[in-house]
Amino acid sequence: MQNLRKRTPLYHRHLEAGARMVPFAGFEMPLHYRGIVEEHRAVRQRAGLFDISHMGEFLIRGPRAGEFVQYVTTNDISRLTDGRAQYSLFCREHGGIVDDLIVYRITASEYLLVVNAANIAKDLAYLIEHNSMGADLVDISEETALLALQGPASAAILRRLLADPDPEQIPYYHFRKLTGGRFLGCRRALISATGYTGEPGFELYMEAERAPAVWDALLEAGQDLGLVPCGLGARDTLRLEMGYCLYGNEISEDTHPYEAGLGWVVKLEKGPFVGREALQRIRQSPPSRRLVGFRLQQRAIPRSGYAITDAEGRRIGQVTSGSHSPILEVGIGMGYVETAFAEPGSQIWIAIRDRLVPAEVVKPPFIERRP
Amino acid sequence: MHIPQELRYTREHEWIRLEADGTAVVGITDFAQSELGDIVFVELKPVGTELEQNAVFGTVEAVKTVSELYLPVAGQIIAHNEAVIQDPALINRDPYGAGWLIRIQPRDPAQIEGLLSAEEYQSMIGVR
Repeated sequence: MQNLRKRTPLYHRHLEAGARMVPFAGFEMPLHYRGIVEEHRAVRQRAGLFDISHMGEFLIRGPRAGEFVQYVTTNDISRLTDGRAQYSLFCREHGGIVDDLIVYRITASEYLLVVNAANIAKDLAYLIEHNSMGADLVDISEETALLALQGPASAAILRRLLADPDPEQIPYYHFRKLTGGRFLGCRRALISATGYTGEPGFELYMEAERAPAVWDALLEAGQDLGLVPCGLGARDTLRLEMGYCLYGNEISEDTHPYEAGLGWVVKLEKGPFVGREALQRIRQSPPSRRLVGFRLQQRAIPRSGYAITDAEGRRIGQVTSGSHSPILEVGIGMGYVETAFAEPGSQIWIAIRDRLVPAEVVKPPFIERRP
Repeated sequence: MHIPQELRYTREHEWIRLEADGTAVVGITDFAQSELGDIVFVELKPVGTELEQNAVFGTVEAVKTVSELYLPVAGQIIAHNEAVIQDPALINRDPYGAGWLIRIQPRDPAQIEGLLSAEEYQSMIGVR
C-alpha cells in the first residue's frame, strides 16, 4: 500500500502563500512562509496565524466520561468547570509519558482531549485499553481543523470577527463553544485562550470544511495589525524560548514527569489513575537527572542529540532541543543533565563538533513571560 | 533561481570565482541559501588553514539545520568575510555578493576548470 502523506484542509492555502512544505507526523505541513525568524518576531511583536490541524482531537462522552478522563490523565479534572481547559499527561503504568495533552471540559459529561499528531493512533489504543468505564470515545481528528492565532494583537484581530463573546474577556485556559454559525458560519467552533508560544492568543477549533474561509477571514482582519501566516519552524522556536516541552524531544515513554519538570501536572492525591503507583514511588527518590534550560555563552547553536559535559569533557547529559533564539540572538536549548548540574547558574558545556562550548543553566522561560 | 554564468559550482552547492590576482572567492549558491532558510550562524576554519579539495572549511547553521561547507579546490584560506560572521543573513540576502564566505589561495587553479559550469549546476538542481 502506498503511504500517502496526509494534508490539512489548508494545504492549498499554504502552497498559494509560497510555504516551504515538510513532512511532519505523517502530514505535509508548512515549515515557513517568509522565514522562521521573521515569523517568530511577528508573533512576539504583533500576531501570527498557524495551521495546526494535524493535532489530534478525541471527544469523550457519557455519564462516566469524567471518571474515565480522571483515570487516564495525571492532572485533576475535578478542578475544571464547564468552559475550562487543563494541561495534562497520559502515563504508562511504569510512569513513562505516553503523550501530553489539553483536556477541555465542555460539560460534566463531555470532554475534548487534544493530543500530538504523531501520537494519535497510540493514544487511541491507550484510551481504549483503559476504558473499562465504557465512556463514548470518538476520534474527531480528521474532521476537525485547528488554527492558532498567537501574539499581542490576537484579541484585537479576533474581536473584528467575533463580537460576542468578547475575546478579550476569555481568561487564559478558558474557552467558549460557539455553535450554529455564531463564529464565521461554523456549525461547531471552540475558541480557546491557549497556545504554545508564550504570547496571548487563541486556539480555534472548527469543522474542517470551514477552515479555509476562517483562515482567509483572519488574515484579512489582521492584515493592518501585522498578522502573518506562520509555520511549524516558528512554532518550535517560540515554544523553545518559553521552555515548553515537545513530545518526542523532552518527553517520551522513557521519561517520567518529575525529571521533566512536569510534577505540577501530576496530582497523586486525586485518586486512582494509570501510573499512579509508579509515580508515587518515583517521586520518593530524587531524580538522577533533570530537564534544564541553558544559554550558550559563545556564538554557536546547540542541537538535539549533542552531548552535555562538565569542564573536563565528561558526559553529564544530552541536549533534547536547541536552536538560535530569534529574540535573544544566542543559542538556547533544553536537555537532561545529572542532578548536580541542574541548578540555575550551573556551568555546563555543549559538545558542538570538535569543541566544548560553555553554557549556563537557566530557568525557562528564556524571555520574559507575558500572558 | 539565480545562477551567475561567470562562476563555477560544486555538487554541494558552493560557488567559486577566480580573481585577477590569482586568489579565489567562495560562497554558497542562491539555491542553497533558499533551501536552508534563515542563516543565523557561520563558523569558518581559521585563516591560514591549508585544505584539500572537498575538505570541510566551515559550517553554516540555519534555524533548523546545520550544513558543512566543502572547499571547491585545494588551497589556503587567506581571508574570512567578517561581515558575514557578524550578520549571517547577508548570505540569504546576497549569496553571490556581500554574502561571500572565504578568500583562498588555490594550490592548482586548473582544478577550478573541473567544477560544474552554470548550465551543469542548473541541470543538477533541476528547473525550479
